[in-house]
Amino acid sequence: MSKKTDSNSYTMIFAVIMVLLVGSVLAFFASSLKPNIDENKRIEKQQNILYAMGVNENDESSANFVSTDIAGDEFVKYIKKQIIIQGDKITEDNEAYLIDVKKQQANAKAGKERKLPLFVGEKDGQTFYVAPIRGKGLWDAIWGYVAMDQDMIVQGAYFDHKGETPGLGANIKQRYFMDDFIGEHLLDASGNFKGITVAKGNNDAINNDKEDHEVDAIAGATITGDGVSAMIKSDLRLYVSYFKTLKK
Amino acid sequence: MGLLSKKDAALLTDPLADNNPITIQVLGICSALAITAELKASIVMAVSVMFVLGLGNVVISLMRNIIPSKIRIIVQLIVVATLVIIVDLVLKAFAYELSKTLSVFVGLIITNCIIMGRFEAFALGNKPWRSFLDGIGNAVGYGVILIAVGFFRELLGSGTLLGFKVLGDPIEKTGLYAIGYENNGFMLLSPMALIVVGIIIWIQRSRNTSLIEEN
Repeated sequence: MSKKTDSNSYTMIFAVIMVLLVGSVLAFFASSLKPNIDENKRIEKQQNILYAMGVNENDESSANFVSTDIAGDEFVKYIKKQIIIQGDKITEDNEAYLIDVKKQQANAKAGKERKLPLFVGEKDGQTFYVAPIRGKGLWDAIWGYVAMDQDMIVQGAYFDHKGETPGLGANIKQRYFMDDFIGEHLLDASGNFKGITVAKGNNDAINNDKEDHEVDAIAGATITGDGVSAMIKSDLRLYVSYFKTLKK
Repeated sequence: MGLLSKKDAALLTDPLADNNPITIQVLGICSALAITAELKASIVMAVSVMFVLGLGNVVISLMRNIIPSKIRIIVQLIVVATLVIIVDLVLKAFAYELSKTLSVFVGLIITNCIIMGRFEAFALGNKPWRSFLDGIGNAVGYGVILIAVGFFRELLGSGTLLGFKVLGDPIEKTGLYAIGYENNGFMLLSPMALIVVGIIIWIQRSRNTSLIEEN
């Protein structure tokens, strides 16, 4: 049977029209919604940073951010200083939280000096230093924010991911995993950077030992867990020299 | 069923049992293995697929007379990808929290063979309303299996359901764990999902022997 839809010219014209139509529809949606999406992302960054330093609405077992309406005000209230570390140069910048860590990592690879944002927060008289980290999970990017005190002992952590497996790797953003990092030491006894490893079978499932540089891994999420270890090691190491200056 | 004729009702009910997309048509197996480690993920995926398949079937059915047969697969792929991306963008702009939960599923939905399978097998040859019913029916049939697999994998693998510790606490040794019960870590891995699906197929075929193929 021969229909008009079988001819080559019809197929070509159909393809061209379809591509143009779909392309412009998608472009329209993407560009008209972009301001909203960017705003949501900006608020989310503030919520993430606040979450890491303990400003959140956690209940017994689930992780909850401060609500989006107050995130901006809370951010100004708790974050006292935002600094950018670039080599030996340290500058203050109130928009440091908008720095794209991915871009900075690419810059570092290209041999340029990387900008390292660090957020200094204060809550109940305690000072927190929150640093962003970013790395690779099993399927896609993973990232997070780690709040430390001036001895680089973790005070809080928030992890997130783009597309880890639901129920397995995606559980890095669950309370039971993130909370294990609290109290862990990043530096060993002599002050060298050691990081924190997401370890299988470390016989410390409830994480009593805070100085073993290990937290218990998630079953079925080995590669995501390794990614978390790797991004902690590679990204937080860069802040060590800054923390040393705090001690002087 | 006053609203639906008998033939239309069958479109909804057949995929639930004797023409189930997973156990009989063998469509959508990949996602049934990938995301059923938790009950919640199974439910989210089931609802998302219902939405996309219902809508996608209607769109493809409306276009069925103008789609060139030589490039129909690409056209189907573009339609489903466009729908999913638009929904994702709208959610990102207006329901950011929800979109974070769903974003993982976006890629899985676009490449889910159940969607292409129903476009190809049904929507290309039927009217929009029937295609819509077929889409919903198949998505429900798919969702039922997904939820069953997710239920057993989460219960036996993590000892929880929807995150609630229904069997006690494995670390504090309460509930069942006090008498020596252990979670089966294998259940969290995809091969066990295939075995669970296999068991479901076994049960289904032993109850309805007409489904067994003659050799």
